[in-house]
Amino acid sequence: MYENRITGLLYIAPFLLGLVMFTLFPFVSSLLLSFTDYQLQDPVSAAHAIGLENYRQMVGDRTFRHALGVTLLYVFATVPLKLAFALFIAFVLNFKLRAIGLFRTAYYIPSILGGSVAIAVLWRYVFAGDGLINQALGAAGISAVNWLGDPAYALTTIVLLRLWQFGSAMVVFLAGLQTIPTDLYEAATVDGAGKARIFFTITLPLLTPVIFFNFVMQIVQAFQEFNGPYIITGGGPLKSTYLLPLMIYDEAFKYFNVGYASALSWTLFLIVALFTALAFGSQRYWVFYGGERGERT
Amino acid sequence: MSAGQIHSQRLGSALPAAPGRKRPVMVQRAGRTAQRGRVNVLLRYAVLTAVGLVMLYPLLWMVSAAFKPNHEIFTSVGLWPHAPTLDGFARGWQTGTEYSFTTYFANTFAIIIPKVVLTSVSSVLVAYGFARFAIPGKRLWFALLMATVLLPKSVLLIPQYLMFRQFGWLDSFLPLYVPCAFATEGFFVFMVIQFLRGIPPDMEEAAMIDGCNSMQILAYVVAPVVMPAVISVALFQFMWSMNDFLYPLIYLSSVEKYPVALALKMAIDVTEATAWNEVLAMSTIALVPSLLVFFLAQRHFIDGVTAGAVKG
Repeated sequence: MYENRITGLLYIAPFLLGLVMFTLFPFVSSLLLSFTDYQLQDPVSAAHAIGLENYRQMVGDRTFRHALGVTLLYVFATVPLKLAFALFIAFVLNFKLRAIGLFRTAYYIPSILGGSVAIAVLWRYVFAGDGLINQALGAAGISAVNWLGDPAYALTTIVLLRLWQFGSAMVVFLAGLQTIPTDLYEAATVDGAGKARIFFTITLPLLTPVIFFNFVMQIVQAFQEFNGPYIITGGGPLKSTYLLPLMIYDEAFKYFNVGYASALSWTLFLIVALFTALAFGSQRYWVFYGGERGERT
Repeated sequence: MSAGQIHSQRLGSALPAAPGRKRPVMVQRAGRTAQRGRVNVLLRYAVLTAVGLVMLYPLLWMVSAAFKPNHEIFTSVGLWPHAPTLDGFARGWQTGTEYSFTTYFANTFAIIIPKVVLTSVSSVLVAYGFARFAIPGKRLWFALLMATVLLPKSVLLIPQYLMFRQFGWLDSFLPLYVPCAFATEGFFVFMVIQFLRGIPPDMEEAAMIDGCNSMQILAYVVAPVVMPAVISVALFQFMWSMNDFLYPLIYLSSVEKYPVALALKMAIDVTEATAWNEVLAMSTIALVPSLLVFFLAQRHFIDGVTAGAVKG
């Protein structure tokens, strides 16, 4: 609107400064640190360049390979389940129901509280040996499960915590569903299309931009999961919930191996970037923006 | 052409034609359809209620456990305490340490209030610049802004820590809120930009003709109009900051500076498996500010969540 280019630059100056100081500079530094043997307790000048040694060590590091496996398992369990559940509930909710606002609120509450320490603490007690879940199972005549102490179940408790927070994804789906014009449904019904057919040929295609948005956001978030495993299980038992962000934290702030931790965090970044790029690249095959696949009108 | 038109065309060709369908059949069906409609609605309510109960039960259980004596928590799944007591709250608040939750809440707000204010102000300034000015390199800056939304912050954690250590800011609140003055949360800036784009600049142009400079326009014309977006930004930042754990964990080392999040973690480490009611009472209280804010301003939340996703 306004032509004075310098004034505009002044308004975005805080962002530009912050971008350099708090994003670009740390981003490049962590790559550089990953090529050094820097230890947290030393002055930064004491760091030596060791080339790709950290990355070579990582390839042979069994803890890393294990953490990577757990992280992928966690992400691929959490994200699709959460999106599918959020979509299902949004679909059920997208109907002329009374009290739709009430349900929407009830489902949304966990997603604003769920990231907090308080909820992680609650989860620990809910899944404890004599906690709520086992009491309920006991009442139903099912023998108790050692949720937090058994490596086979511990990760499940964290996946369940994040599934419990499906509300924010659901709200986005619901808003997407409500933008689909009703005359499309009417036209299809008149033409004799069944419910399933309408869902797969109208609802789902028109919802793909929203599915895409939710998918990318959830992937980026899931790869950075820290609070859940740190507070609920501490990464255990037998490192069965030892996600990469936990390993990075331990290496940097517990063992002071900043160089190695930086190599780990750059590896995590590259993995997230790879998945994000794959998602964006695959858009033209499955995401409909208005007219054509993958093209915004 | 709108999405709807194109899709209805596609649909028209994709679906088999329904030749010779006779009207009487449709009329006959009408009664059954209405009945099926009622069953459908009941089914929907049943699913929604069941899911809602499962979702909210843990929260209700937490609140009720906070009022139960400790031994009762393990023995009954029921929500109503047989012998309600405030012991959990009283002892939990005092904690086993030399500081009580009064300190921890004061610390929490000493971190959150500057965060919320700085984030709101910087987001509006930057969004105003992006939405209303011709800026050299604008496309690149905007692309970088969006990239910060997707960038996993964990890759920045270690160098930021080293930088703040260099500044001598460790064990203070500064590393937690100073970055907010620089619009570091791209998501919030984007939210305000989207909002501003939806508002025609007529009023601002009128103000400009009347001799206002851009700062005055921002203060007197734009600021009142973008208030709903700013409220969304403030609310989200409030929630996220209440939940923030990793940053206080690495930056704060003395217990007297702990926010509630760290105090709760400390409480479960100390009182492990002994005083559940105390820990759950404090967890309940820790959720109260977020819940209050949520119920006071629900509408803004839903608007905020969907702002970037649906219209973007």
